[in-house]
Amino acid sequence: MVIALVGNQNCGKTTLFNQLTGSNQHVGNFPGVTVEHKMGEITGYKNYRLVDLPGIYSIRPYSGEEKVTRNFIIDEKPDAIINIADATNIERNLYLTLQLIEMGKPMVLALNMMDELLGNHGSVDIKLLSERLGIPVVPISAAKNDGVDELMQVVSETAQKKQKPRRIDFCSAGPVHRCIHTVSHVVEDHADRIGVPSRFAATRVIEADEDIIDSLKLSENELELIEHAVVEMETESVLDRNAALADMRYRFIEAVCQECVIRAQESKEAQRSIKIDKVLTNKYLAIPMFIAIMAFTFWMTFSVVGQRLSDWLAMGIDRVTVVVDNALTAYGLNPTVQSLVIDGVFAGVGSILSFLPIIVVLFFFLAILEDTGYMSRVAFVMDKLLRKIGLSGRSFVPMLIGFGCSVPAIMATRTLSSERDRKMTMLLVPFMSCSAKIPIYAVFTAAFFPNNGALVMTLLYLGGIFVGIIAAMILNKTAFTGKPVPFVMELPNYRMPSLKSVLLLMWEKAWDFIRRAFTIIFVATIVIWFLQHFDAKLNVVSSDSTTSLLGIIGMWIAPVFAPLGFADWRVVTSLVTGLMAKEAVVSTLGVLLNVGTDALAGAIAGLFTMRSALSFLTFALLYTPCVAAISTIKRELNSTVKTVCVVVSQCCVAWLAAYIVYIIAGIIL
Amino acid sequence: MTLDKLPIGKTAVIISVGGEGNLRCHLLDMGLIPHTEVSVRKAAPLGDPIEIYLRGYTMTIRKDDAAKIEIRLKEEV
Repeated sequence: MVIALVGNQNCGKTTLFNQLTGSNQHVGNFPGVTVEHKMGEITGYKNYRLVDLPGIYSIRPYSGEEKVTRNFIIDEKPDAIINIADATNIERNLYLTLQLIEMGKPMVLALNMMDELLGNHGSVDIKLLSERLGIPVVPISAAKNDGVDELMQVVSETAQKKQKPRRIDFCSAGPVHRCIHTVSHVVEDHADRIGVPSRFAATRVIEADEDIIDSLKLSENELELIEHAVVEMETESVLDRNAALADMRYRFIEAVCQECVIRAQESKEAQRSIKIDKVLTNKYLAIPMFIAIMAFTFWMTFSVVGQRLSDWLAMGIDRVTVVVDNALTAYGLNPTVQSLVIDGVFAGVGSILSFLPIIVVLFFFLAILEDTGYMSRVAFVMDKLLRKIGLSGRSFVPMLIGFGCSVPAIMATRTLSSERDRKMTMLLVPFMSCSAKIPIYAVFTAAFFPNNGALVMTLLYLGGIFVGIIAAMILNKTAFTGKPVPFVMELPNYRMPSLKSVLLLMWEKAWDFIRRAFTIIFVATIVIWFLQHFDAKLNVVSSDSTTSLLGIIGMWIAPVFAPLGFADWRVVTSLVTGLMAKEAVVSTLGVLLNVGTDALAGAIAGLFTMRSALSFLTFALLYTPCVAAISTIKRELNSTVKTVCVVVSQCCVAWLAAYIVYIIAGIIL
Repeated sequence: MTLDKLPIGKTAVIISVGGEGNLRCHLLDMGLIPHTEVSVRKAAPLGDPIEIYLRGYTMTIRKDDAAKIEIRLKEEV
């Protein structure tokens, strides 16, 4: 049995999904589109698979998400639909319910947040509501796990009996009613052929849903008949077709609610939200509060908790490495193979794995900010700034996380509802200088700008943002000319985040990262190790040798960087290993120059001038992110070709910017 | 009068929803239809977008888009 879970955003859908499936869930892609969906086996019900469809307000194809939901229900034919609705906001939630009922599939309405409604002296006549809507209605409180068992009983019954909604007709006599019925008759045979109810086909056709119109294959004559009926309705009701149908649904809902629902007084939760918003979206306090909250999150992640755990993990990995190294030496393993295991796999995967705690801790805080409803406020506060570069307020947080680490930042773009905004944000994130680049800046400023270190650092960060803005403007005019999805967004009441949801999200992100560390990153480390330790005739060489394959590549690429003022093969090689992790730029320079970290600043002073140091820093700031980030981009874009394009274009942008800096520095210095 | 001009704290009734395409349909789906009561809660710190309240929930909309919604001020009782 396949059960589809459908509902508005912010109605507790994810909470219910987690309650029903526990940890038995996995992420999959819909066929043909990149919108991800979660699936899980329902606990206690064998062979019941629950599919979590995107949170939507209507099945009118407004963005990719509505289309995914509509197509899933039509094409995949789930055995039943669980429609979850927020009882405290019932009018707008039932709008989607009516559209789903029209689709004529077995369906149960789960009325969520009943505890909140009852707690504020509201109530719902469940029996009457069920009768009016013609489908079973079950009151639940997903967060408290109340009513969830009853819900599943009703769902399994409904699915087994294939019990369809008892009515699909919501219009009262009048022009809209006449029009829908006329159109229903016209499309009836066609609707039968593609297996949808004629009423559903009729409303979709009236609302000009092109996919449905195409698949119905209506004749010229029929289309004319329909248009005639619609125009007649428009004239009589004095509303255009879209408004008339929305009006019809809302009128029905208003009448049902009048009968069945005693609305809560302004709820405690709503009043509390207004109070919290007096501070968090206050005219003067909003931006300082936002900076404070994000600073606290970053401080916890990158210095207090995350970094400390990372350091411990790195220490643990070092210990294990030493133990394994000694064991292999004692065993007398071939030194080259031993080097592969220790210098290649352990060093490479180990250094990436030590990022794991940072990612987990960061997502812990982000999950809380998201689940409480604060992220929507951030989007609300920051929208005006981002609109100037063709994005909306929702892109702000991922970009900010980019200053910490591109990997979780790119993962965080998942929360953006518009595909266009999501891709564009993903491409801009790497321009925000990530924290792994700090060692590079530190060494170079110590060597060349001992008195102006802070100034150079600040310029680098601002430079990244500046190039990002320019890139956004160019992308806006070229690759992403499509109309941005309008910024119309619900501001949900603040709620306590559910611990279960937060932990599950952390687990999901951690698992995702570990899987990648042992696949793509594993392979990449072995490749780099191989290039570093073998020459062109596949003889083993020492890792600082010019004859190693890496050295050859370095020397081969070096001329490309001559116009930027640093054509030394060791410098270029360090940039290549920087693909592994940006920290590797500094450590590789150390290995190749044969000096420790302390003497490194002195050693590179001989390789660069102040001018070429600036262009090198610019290049390091902007060129393509590390393997971990690239593999995340690939995963999110779901395309190898596009990912390669992104990497190449970022390198080109970096080269160009570094060249400009080199020229300008030549004039000024 | 249009929705973007409605003073903060005041309530009005929607007369018509203009604009076109996706945005308009989305506004209709969200319950912004003629005869609905709507009030403005506040404006974002940078002056735009605005926060509006209708049908028991709060949402945000840009002023440009709000300008397409024709309203009539509700008489104070």
